[in-house]
Amino acid sequence: MNDTIVAISTAMGVGAISIVRLSGKDAIELVNKSFKGKDLTRVSSHTINYGHITDKDEIIDEVLVSVMKSPKTFTTEDVVEINCHGGIFSTNKVLETMLNNGARLAEPGEFTKRAFLNGRIDLSQSEAVMDIIDSKSEEARKLALSQLNGSVSNMIKTFREKLKQLLSSIEVNIDYPEYYDIEVVTKEKIKEEITYMKKELESVIEESKNSNIIKEGIKTVIIGRPNVGKSSILNKLLAKNKAIVTDIAGTTRDIVEGEIYLDGVLLNIIDTAGIRETEDVVEKLGVEKSLSMIDDADLVIVVLNSNEQLTKEDKEILEKTKDKQRIVVLNKNDLEKKIDMSNYNIKNSIETNTNSLEGINSLKEKIKELFNLETLTSKDYTYLTNARQISLAKKSLESLLEAEEGIKNNLPIDMVEIDLKNCFDTLGEIIGETYSEEIIDNLFEKFCVGK
Amino acid sequence: MEYEIIVVGGGHAGCEASLASARKNHKTLLITGNIKNIADMPCNPSIGGPAKGIVVREIDALGGEMGRNADKAALQMKMLNTKKGPAVQALRFQADKITYPKEMLKTIQNTKNLTVQEGMVEHLIVEDKKIKGIKLLDGTQIYAKAVILTTGTYLKGTILVGENKTPGGPHGEKESKFLSDDLRELGFTIKRLKTGTPQRIDKNSIDYTKTKLEPGDSIPHTFSFDNKVYKDIEDQINCHLIYTTNETHEIIKKHLKESSMYGGYAEGVGPRYCPSIEDKVVRFSDKERHQLFLEPESLYYDDIYIQGFSTSMPNYVQDMMVHSLPGLENAKILKYAYAIEYDAIDSKQLYPSLETKIISGLYTAGQINGTSGYEEAAGQGLIAGINASLKLEGKEPLILKRNESYIGVLIDDLVTKGVKDPYRLLTSRAEYRLLLRHDNADLRLRDYGYQVGLINEEKYQQFTQKKEDIKKLLNTLKETRITPKKEVNEYIETLNTTPLKDGLSLYEFLKRPEIKINDLLHFIDIPYSDEVKEQIEINAKYEGYIKKANKEATKMLSLEEKQIPENIDYENIPNLASEARQKLAEIMPKTIGQASRISGVNPADISILMVYLRRMKKND
Repeated sequence: MNDTIVAISTAMGVGAISIVRLSGKDAIELVNKSFKGKDLTRVSSHTINYGHITDKDEIIDEVLVSVMKSPKTFTTEDVVEINCHGGIFSTNKVLETMLNNGARLAEPGEFTKRAFLNGRIDLSQSEAVMDIIDSKSEEARKLALSQLNGSVSNMIKTFREKLKQLLSSIEVNIDYPEYYDIEVVTKEKIKEEITYMKKELESVIEESKNSNIIKEGIKTVIIGRPNVGKSSILNKLLAKNKAIVTDIAGTTRDIVEGEIYLDGVLLNIIDTAGIRETEDVVEKLGVEKSLSMIDDADLVIVVLNSNEQLTKEDKEILEKTKDKQRIVVLNKNDLEKKIDMSNYNIKNSIETNTNSLEGINSLKEKIKELFNLETLTSKDYTYLTNARQISLAKKSLESLLEAEEGIKNNLPIDMVEIDLKNCFDTLGEIIGETYSEEIIDNLFEKFCVGK
Repeated sequence: MEYEIIVVGGGHAGCEASLASARKNHKTLLITGNIKNIADMPCNPSIGGPAKGIVVREIDALGGEMGRNADKAALQMKMLNTKKGPAVQALRFQADKITYPKEMLKTIQNTKNLTVQEGMVEHLIVEDKKIKGIKLLDGTQIYAKAVILTTGTYLKGTILVGENKTPGGPHGEKESKFLSDDLRELGFTIKRLKTGTPQRIDKNSIDYTKTKLEPGDSIPHTFSFDNKVYKDIEDQINCHLIYTTNETHEIIKKHLKESSMYGGYAEGVGPRYCPSIEDKVVRFSDKERHQLFLEPESLYYDDIYIQGFSTSMPNYVQDMMVHSLPGLENAKILKYAYAIEYDAIDSKQLYPSLETKIISGLYTAGQINGTSGYEEAAGQGLIAGINASLKLEGKEPLILKRNESYIGVLIDDLVTKGVKDPYRLLTSRAEYRLLLRHDNADLRLRDYGYQVGLINEEKYQQFTQKKEDIKKLLNTLKETRITPKKEVNEYIETLNTTPLKDGLSLYEFLKRPEIKINDLLHFIDIPYSDEVKEQIEINAKYEGYIKKANKEATKMLSLEEKQIPENIDYENIPNLASEARQKLAEIMPKTIGQASRISGVNPADISILMVYLRRMKKND
């Protein structure tokens, strides 16, 4: 980490201001070489300085330069941020100038990596920063930020503290069996603690599913036979919410029709219209493809024509989606109702027609209700935000469950302790804390033992 | 004079080291300040305890002496933690402080190739970073190919009582004045450590009516796999339990400044697990009482050891303290408590073989490495003795892994983490303690003992027979099935367990917590020893957990297999955190596994290191 890295740290193309960020021991000097204004090597730390970035006396951009000196910076190294105002072209030119001055183009995430390697942030915090970089909406950014504040770390730390107390109490009973004044940890006591932690951990894992929704958006599939009004519902949804219709080439799934924000949460709407065209030709293929999309979806909107009786295809769709989070839309309710849903127990159903707005609004409300969006977005985020964390949390939970099982089977306490210790270690892995002497240290701090 | 191996110091480490080396047919000299103090027990009159007792079993499995010798000296036998699981059960003996050293000396004197000589070693003869021999206080030079230092508390030993500091070792012996300076000059980091021992009182001056009786077990035990019981089980001595009083605490608080520790007279770092009574009173001021055990030291004299009462108060305060204890109002103090400070080296300067990194052929074991405890010392002594011999034989050292022995855990902790205060083994230091049980020490280690030549053919035959029996019994139990016949279920109900619904093997049946292996005698003959039966029973009952532990251990071993080349230059590895870089360079871990246990080296550093090693390999 001897060199100075540089990158454009705002998304390209959007926003009035873009930031070119440098980190490393020569950061200030490198910027100063091309800065017209104060001598940046002499300004105090954490100041913002007005001036111009120039290239051989030619002004590239009018800028504000933040100078932050080591160690109180994100990476703990000297950091300079150049706020550029002149759009993509001049921002690129500023970057180029810095590269010419001797900075190296940063790899993706390298600033965060430096922060982590320099001990500025722990593992879960560094993961959170990576999430900020990738964050797609305001809520996702909030979630990532809240993790940066260490709310995940804090929660895990609380659990580990509890386990540590429990473990050292068990250990002291094992290593000092003849200390009659020391309370013997009973299985009831362990069970009590396990029950509490299990509940908390389960809810965290459950809530983390929401965190995925916040980060990735709700994958919504609209499905239905041709001519039941799918497309018009889609268009209404998009139009009524001033939808951003994404540039198809820019997304990985070219079937994404559009994205809308509901209470700050992204709704990715996937239309299965494409399948319709191929239906007659290679029906099987079409069905397979739409099925796999259903499997993948967070939400399925099934559109049916209330003016017609249920067809074989309708029934098939209802059958295939019965285990999914779904909303059944009975379209064309302005016409005579011929559909008979009495054989189906549909929890979430709305009626609408494309001539009125009410139906679309109630669809929107239904989605909010289903995903708890209002509470979701106003909540404090103590979610685990990536797959690694979630899988480790699940592993910790498993250990707790095994410990519980051990108690139930009346196994000796030192067997039960193996699972508790595993849980303790796994939780440590989430936040990158694995100090093997922790329990022993605590034991001697807490208990008066020894000859 | 010339020997192959010289062992400096005749404590528990020195005894094992010299016996191992001599038994491996190397001409060995054991040099000690006073032959009378060979295998002396200067502190507590017991051998074993949690973790420590398992070490004694391991020593025996490897062909060391401590277990057998403790069996000969037993005064009281107790299996601890019997109400907990098999992994943490451990044996502890009260051992006779006269018999133990006497028997050990006899063994040493009857060992071929082993010479004992009195003398104070003050200098090492080193040439070109290789050990050549030792030099005594009187100038005598003795040459050898390897030297093992087991100096205990004798390096610049200083006795502390109140404000008085007197140079010397236990029992008024002379300390070694210059050897630690020699070591410092050779490049060793010298640390100052401290330990202490409580008063001894006359057993005839105690009012036992005010104490609680602490008897031994009603069935005999042995440390050694020889299974020879020397002590008559009906004739065990008793210990007694008492508690400190409010008066005791008041005396201590009033005179606190007069103690060596609180008066600022001591410089050494004392053990956390062995705090003085003043430490306990100060640090745990909310505790109304502290328990003390009265432990007889020997059948041949009257001293009673007050376990839990070690102090560095001046004698007149000690008088008051002792007399404030229930039953000890009129106790006659035979020896006052004292603290002792001594020099030790930084154990991070050792290889896992216990050879020093600085001087080839120089080994250290016991308190000089920063440990505490007879058992910890003996375990290291044995390994140092074995490895010094193996080196002379041109063979690879014996390095026990963390998943195969407490001795391995101990040594790995020493060389990887180092110590701040005297190190004591605890069961919680072992990650895989379910694998490191009291009962299976021979299954874990006897093969090594045989390979290095400390276990003879006869004993090894017995051991292989035992393994064979375990296998046979296991097969029988797995192959014998019982079915829910009326007769079977009638018997099963007498065992307070639920009747069978389907047929199952006896092995499966034995998995039920309430079923003991002898309950199976109803169905089959089990013509095997109790030890064999015990193995089967533990395996059946805890199979799931044992598998889990083995799985974890395999994961650890895979990191252990990733070798780090000795010529690695940590300065060349980009992106290592500077603390990690410095720690890695200092400890020079042999494997990725060892590197990952160094404090201050975090998982990110390990990933970086692994990537670097992979790249290095590719470039080769």
